[in-house]
Amino acid sequence: MYNFFDQLFVALGAWLVGLVVAAGNGVSKLCCGQPMSEAAAHNVAAGTQVVLICVTIYGVFALCFGLATWLERKMLARIQNRYGPNRVGPFGLLQFVADGVKMLTKEDIVPARADKLVHFLAPAIVLAPALLMFGFLPFGRNMAPTDLDTAVIAFFAVGAGSELALFMAGWGSRNKYSILGALRAVAQMISYEIPLVLAAVPVVMIVGSLSTSQIVAAQGTDSFLDVKGWFVWTPWGFAGFILFLIAATAESNRSPFDIPEGESEIIAGFHVEYSGFKFALFFMAEYLGMMAMAGLGVTLFLGGWHGPKLLPSWAWFMLKGFLIVCWLIWLRGTLPRLRVDQLMAFAWKAMLPFALFNIFATAVWFYLPKTTFLQSAVAWIITAALVVAAYLVISRFVSRRAGAPRVYRYAS
Amino acid sequence: MLGNGLLQGLVVTARNFIRSYFDPERLTTVQYPEERVTLPENSRSFPFLVYDGTPDNLRCVACKICEQECPPQCIYIEVERDPKTGKPVRRPRVFDIDYSVCMQCQICAEVCPFDAIKMDQVYELAGTDRFGGMLHDKAALLKSNEYYHQIRPTEADEVDARLSQSKKKVSPPIAKPAAVPPAQPVPPKTDV
Repeated sequence: MYNFFDQLFVALGAWLVGLVVAAGNGVSKLCCGQPMSEAAAHNVAAGTQVVLICVTIYGVFALCFGLATWLERKMLARIQNRYGPNRVGPFGLLQFVADGVKMLTKEDIVPARADKLVHFLAPAIVLAPALLMFGFLPFGRNMAPTDLDTAVIAFFAVGAGSELALFMAGWGSRNKYSILGALRAVAQMISYEIPLVLAAVPVVMIVGSLSTSQIVAAQGTDSFLDVKGWFVWTPWGFAGFILFLIAATAESNRSPFDIPEGESEIIAGFHVEYSGFKFALFFMAEYLGMMAMAGLGVTLFLGGWHGPKLLPSWAWFMLKGFLIVCWLIWLRGTLPRLRVDQLMAFAWKAMLPFALFNIFATAVWFYLPKTTFLQSAVAWIITAALVVAAYLVISRFVSRRAGAPRVYRYAS
Repeated sequence: MLGNGLLQGLVVTARNFIRSYFDPERLTTVQYPEERVTLPENSRSFPFLVYDGTPDNLRCVACKICEQECPPQCIYIEVERDPKTGKPVRRPRVFDIDYSVCMQCQICAEVCPFDAIKMDQVYELAGTDRFGGMLHDKAALLKSNEYYHQIRPTEADEVDARLSQSKKKVSPPIAKPAAVPPAQPVPPKTDV
């Protein structure tokens, strides 16, 4: 029974592929009088699989995007003691449909002096990496869309493509707020890409592979609970997870790192000149990027699709991703926007050294013997002590001493 | 330690999030079309004409003071004339207020010596015709004294007391309007 639900979508996909191949054979028999050759059948099956994966990812995560906007508005509202959307559909769940219709029917305004081509291409290009990133995440047992040996690197490489799109949007709009927002976006995203990648390095070191499927496999145990192997329970994994969450927040341009869009200073940053569905595409790319980052966080640190065998594997993956998205929304409801210099200082002075030290702690963990329980406990305590010590030292350098006067270098 | 303030902030928002589900007092939003706040007595929107008993028995005598005082000049009054003699009767034949011009200043209500024009509290006046749709004629403007009592009881009681007093003093029903203000100085309004 468990296996049936666990492999439901795998079986469904295989059945559909078989259906298409059978149909191809039928057409081939009608036309040429004989079924397809072995190679042709293989190609048809592979092509069908690609199409199925694309359609599934697009459909599922476009729906998730809609629900995430609803969830975000609801959670933020409750944090601020409001109701949130509650008019369209039960609990306002269909609000995103109404929003989509509104966006589609709005006038598409292009500034008269904009670089028309770049302005037009940017929303499409910003969406492409956000969707591609999902291609490298294993969503469940036997449910990896691609099984690349360098999936982690590919994920980050594709994700970096969105910076180009954001800069295109800012540049193409020919608006000073747009270009300011675009410059901020590029500066921020490149700065935070480094801690992001360095936070993922310990996992790669321990697993010895860049393949997301193998990373997930390394965190699994055969037990019923299947939570012991998650990297987040190790000191370096926990520190890496925290670093990853912070850097992922910055990478997806979310509050408190939303200075590229800073509504109060530069109106909406790079997408100030976009209206109608183009604006919706930017919005969609932001949420898809956030969900893809949450998915990578789950894959690297939270054991991927592993979890107690009460729910199917894909349900565990989605549940964990959902929790990370909830965390990001909670953070957005809590923190005000950072200043540009604070943001950069945090990336280079706090996150980068801590990430580097975390790699060192991981190396220590790697070489410590862990065959018996006592040895594992000792290794855990030594690594934890290293990580905590690094955290304390760095926080001394970063934070202002208690009671010390605040120094305004440029304002006073 | 670094991150302390962050955790404190997260606790505050989490507390607000959870308590908003258990403590309805926290949710200050009024779900407008279904729920409405009771308006404060002195809130005002547009002027209306008061009548006593039946709509024929309106207080307005078409003296045109409000028409002259109205800053945006949104009031238009024509005096009714006796069809036989052609002499003016103390009633308006036409009394129009253009709500699209009115700025809700209450000056008409303050200058009226007969307490005939008062400020209403309706606010759902949106329409689709912006040229004629906001022009309210006499029939639309007439509202009973009971309605006036309903929306602002304190002020209506004051007005009733004043009117009954002035009726006692000036026995003929058609008194000179100019005689009214010195006989009974208008008490300062609390809501101005």
